[in-house]
Amino acid sequence: MEYSILILILPLLGFLTLGLAGTRLKGKTAGYVGTALLALAALTAYCTAAQYFNLPRIDGIRPSLRPFNWEWMRFTEHLHIDLGILLDPISVMMLVVITTVSLMVHIYSLGYMEGERGFQRYYAFLGLFTFSMSGLVVATNIFQMYIFWELVGVSSYLLIGFYYTKPEAVAASKKAFIVTRFADLFFLIGILLVSYFTRTFDFGLLCSGDSALFASAMGKTFMGAAVLSWATALIFIGAAGKSAMFPLHIWLPDAMEGPTPVSALIHAATMVVAGVFLVARLFPVYYFFTPEVLHGIAYIAAFTALYAAIVACVQTDIKRVLAFSTISQIGFMLVALGVSGMNGHEGTGYMAAMFHLFTHAMFKALLFLGAGAIIHTVHSNEMSRMGGLRKAMPLTHITFLAACLALAGIPPFSGFFSKDEILSAVFAFSPWMGAGMTFIAALTAFYMFRLYYNIFWGKPAEHEHPLHEAPASMTSPLLFLALISLVAGFLPFGKFVSSNGLEYIIHLDVRIAVGSVVIAIAAIFAARSLYRNGTSAVPDKMAGFFGVFHKAAKNRFYIDEIYQFITHKIIFRCISRPLAWFDRHIIDGFLNGLACITGKGSLAFRWMQTGNLQSYALLMIGGCLLLLFWVLFL
Amino acid sequence: MEPIISMEYYLIVSSIMFFAGIYGFITRRNLIAILISIELVLTSTDINFAVFNRFLFPHQLEGMFFSLFSIGVSAAETAVAIAIIINIYRNIKNVEVRNIKKLKD
Amino acid sequence: MNLLSIFVLLPVLMLAGLFLSRTRAQVRAVAATGASLLLAAAVILCVLFMGERQAGNTAPMLFTDHAVWFPTWNIGYSIGVDGISVLMILLSAIIVFTGIFTSWNIEPLPKEYFMWFCLLSTGVFGFFISLDLFTMFMFYEVALIPMYLLIGVWGSGEKEHAAMKLTLMLMGGSALLMLGILGVYFASGAQSMHIMDMAQADIPVALQRYFFPLVFVGFGILGALFPFHTWSPDGHASAPTAVSMLHAGVLMKLGGYGCFRVAMFLMPEAAQELGWIFLLLTGISVVYGAFSACVQTDLKYINAYSSVSHCGLVLFALLMMNTTAMTGAVMQMLSHGLMTALFFALIGMIYGRTHTRDIRQMGGLMKIMPFLGVAYVIAGLASLGLPGLSGFVAEMNVFVGAFQHSDTFHRVLTLVALTSIVITAVYILRVVGKILYGPVQNPEHLKLSDAVWFERFPVIVLIVVIASIGICPGWISDLIGQALFPIVERLSIAAL
Repeated sequence: MEYSILILILPLLGFLTLGLAGTRLKGKTAGYVGTALLALAALTAYCTAAQYFNLPRIDGIRPSLRPFNWEWMRFTEHLHIDLGILLDPISVMMLVVITTVSLMVHIYSLGYMEGERGFQRYYAFLGLFTFSMSGLVVATNIFQMYIFWELVGVSSYLLIGFYYTKPEAVAASKKAFIVTRFADLFFLIGILLVSYFTRTFDFGLLCSGDSALFASAMGKTFMGAAVLSWATALIFIGAAGKSAMFPLHIWLPDAMEGPTPVSALIHAATMVVAGVFLVARLFPVYYFFTPEVLHGIAYIAAFTALYAAIVACVQTDIKRVLAFSTISQIGFMLVALGVSGMNGHEGTGYMAAMFHLFTHAMFKALLFLGAGAIIHTVHSNEMSRMGGLRKAMPLTHITFLAACLALAGIPPFSGFFSKDEILSAVFAFSPWMGAGMTFIAALTAFYMFRLYYNIFWGKPAEHEHPLHEAPASMTSPLLFLALISLVAGFLPFGKFVSSNGLEYIIHLDVRIAVGSVVIAIAAIFAARSLYRNGTSAVPDKMAGFFGVFHKAAKNRFYIDEIYQFITHKIIFRCISRPLAWFDRHIIDGFLNGLACITGKGSLAFRWMQTGNLQSYALLMIGGCLLLLFWVLFL
Repeated sequence: MEPIISMEYYLIVSSIMFFAGIYGFITRRNLIAILISIELVLTSTDINFAVFNRFLFPHQLEGMFFSLFSIGVSAAETAVAIAIIINIYRNIKNVEVRNIKKLKD
Repeated sequence: MNLLSIFVLLPVLMLAGLFLSRTRAQVRAVAATGASLLLAAAVILCVLFMGERQAGNTAPMLFTDHAVWFPTWNIGYSIGVDGISVLMILLSAIIVFTGIFTSWNIEPLPKEYFMWFCLLSTGVFGFFISLDLFTMFMFYEVALIPMYLLIGVWGSGEKEHAAMKLTLMLMGGSALLMLGILGVYFASGAQSMHIMDMAQADIPVALQRYFFPLVFVGFGILGALFPFHTWSPDGHASAPTAVSMLHAGVLMKLGGYGCFRVAMFLMPEAAQELGWIFLLLTGISVVYGAFSACVQTDLKYINAYSSVSHCGLVLFALLMMNTTAMTGAVMQMLSHGLMTALFFALIGMIYGRTHTRDIRQMGGLMKIMPFLGVAYVIAGLASLGLPGLSGFVAEMNVFVGAFQHSDTFHRVLTLVALTSIVITAVYILRVVGKILYGPVQNPEHLKLSDAVWFERFPVIVLIVVIASIGICPGWISDLIGQALFPIVERLSIAAL
């Protein structure tokens, strides 16, 4: 399957041609070039998937293939970075997701970004992102993953800061890059620790579950915890940074300053699930060697899911609601991974996480693209500027509704199936946690329909421009994604991806399914009664009832302010400034002092240099006479 | 042919001239006087050259030629020095050593 | 004639050519031709060197030559190169080449400027090809002295003070160095100052303890070793663009190069014994430089402190004393040389337009000068270690190598140094965000123009080289690894 390299090369080619040709391409040429290249890449990805999933299983397990593996840089005898392609169920699944969503975004942007300054640049960056993200998922070793991990970080930075004349966008891009970079630092430390003990970066070796590989790390502890636990926990911090887990989530809501299709591609469907993918990729390591870290991941993820869902209920910027919803849903995926076991029915969580990743990517991209269509028409992100849009934008309305139902977990939409699997995995792990996650699912349904009713129902706001449905280039991706959201749930996903590679048959747990659907429908009706007319006074009363709590949630529980305090007050004011002062005044002052002392010292001898020739002559003659005396008489 | 006056007398005269020159060089305050003192020192060495040549190597002429060279050099040197002194005079209207300290401050 | 002598001869010929030229056009012609020839020669040298290595020539030094010029002490003009010096020569040639284009419009006295510039490059090339310690030291001084005039005459701001400070501090370093070199020479009892002869002779460990710090600090001052780095911010801030490029890009590398070629190679026992002290100092340099850069407001100061941090990493990696980390150190020298030259070139071009280097007075320049803006972002990304650009491969070699050290102290220090990658991101993005993005701060700036051809040319050359190192690091790390072999071997024997 050597041709699978095209999936990487085509977007990169797009980046290079569009990046170098720059503004010489007139009109929408750049967009067409980028889209055509990406369509080819997507086609290649589908071919790869079709061929891969039709390969015969070996002992019932899907093989993992390496059509390419070049040694790129050698560190030591054992450690070397390879660049290659690893095809196994999850990477092939991810390739399909990435290229599909990316292609949709490419097509959609032809309409959305039309006439924007920097149209070529936009498509070039999209190409760079698609290249990096594909490189990330097909990484054969953890260092290759780190390389592409950084590259997606940078493409995300460039795309968030696409409107670089807007100060908010610049600040948001900076924040996103620095927060994820901070997390990547821990990821790198984790990589270094793991490689120090195992002497390899290779996923094939690391994930073989071979305990001999980790033998040298066994029994070593650092500050009371096993070194290996430290290592995997650090790697998870890297994953948490990219996947916006609490408390490293702060960059994601701000990242919505980027163009909306970018939010759909990077900050909803693909890049933010890189952390989930990383944990899934290293799942055997977590499961066999550091199960306590895996459980920790589950708790952090569950807390994040709850936190983000609560915050999403009170946001008024539609993109921010979606952003918090994304954080919450990624929490769901990681919870599922965290509670998962390895074989057969125990491995439901793993399969469910991947399944949810797949379905979520589709319907969340759809939500963002729909939101983009709305913003495109309304010219605002605020819910208060919308309302009653269902007449003006019928297609957008229908597709958005489909996505909302999918996210709320209503059958037969895809979200129902994947979320149900997650819930049954969590219930198997701990009924309390299962109940909690069901509650979060209900919150999800509530805030999504709050959003839905506020946008499409209720009283229309005043608009300067007449409202219109989006052009075909924008609605066709919406329809396509809505279709996928409708049917994807019926995929026999367990046949493709499972924890141990064996075939896994999904069967619905009826009690959990019915329970969660009933609660979700109840939440939807609650949202309907509160927001349908846009005149109900109940929401304000409720806000008053919760008082401080409501205000805190609206301000995202002041996490951003805490960060602001730490970075500006502590790092800048208490470390950098004093250091700079110390440098200028103490170290440099010491050296200047040295120079000063030398200067003063030389003044002390100045009297000898009178500049008077005659006194020099006298001294010289005196000296000569002394010498003469010495030579003659001594 | 033996010289009538022995060598010591010549050397005594030249020594007196030499130290008189040194004394003048150190004590005089006027540039011209200092220049004259330097000339005295140079002349005394010329005498020494001639005398040593005459008494130690009577059949050779190197010492004599050295004296001639030395006289030539001192003439050139005097010319330069006087030129400098004249310039100094133009600038500060006198030639006293203590007034020349532009380079010092 | 030996191939290597070209590198000394060519700048001297350029000097003569410049001396004879009358008009600005002639001066430019001579400088540009000479620099192109130097670059061509460096590339040819590189190719020939790799050819020899491919053919199986494993001698530690290739293209050697020897001619005694001071028989009393048996001091000779001994030259020869290994993989590292070849790369350093290539780096210097690239930076001299780009530096000449960057100073295309230098005012006043272009002829004199280029003459000093050529003299400086003579010293740099001479240093990298020399194997005789005394000759090496002599070229080192030749490289330092022109700096005084170049900054003092063609600089900006408090140039006299900066020039004096820089020269005095570096001369102070030279004094320590001279003492150390002579000490090593007499202690080793070698017959000549040739580095290989001295390596044969064993220097008593008791004496090494005195001379190692002298030589290491002597070179370290030029490599911006904490706390002797303060010449760098002032010096760089005042120097004219091309001089900053050459100074940060090449001269600071002389320090790192000398540290392992002389100090660590000749005195491995002391290096093993005292290494931890300098490791602490360099570890501080790395983090300290990065933190200090966060609050600077002058573009050149930011870059100077960032150089302190990056050059600190070079010395840090050298002191880890294993092949991977030291390979990383040399790669970091190359990478830092290129990207800091790029930075200074861009800063010079931006300053030439806006007449300010204060980041608070600029903003939105990306819209006005897209070429310079994009190039600045690329330089910034290289500096913060983006994969695909040279900074990443260097840093990863350093960190992976350093972390393979068996001692916990070393590994903990590595973690401390690692934090610099985040802080670097902070100050780079701060600058990029302030000066390039956002709305245009000063309406006057709207009238400014983007780069012209002689400005674009060096920038493109530097970016291409940075990217190509970042994309194919393999051949460079092989070249360095081979060259490091004898040094690492000596160090590991000394560790026992």
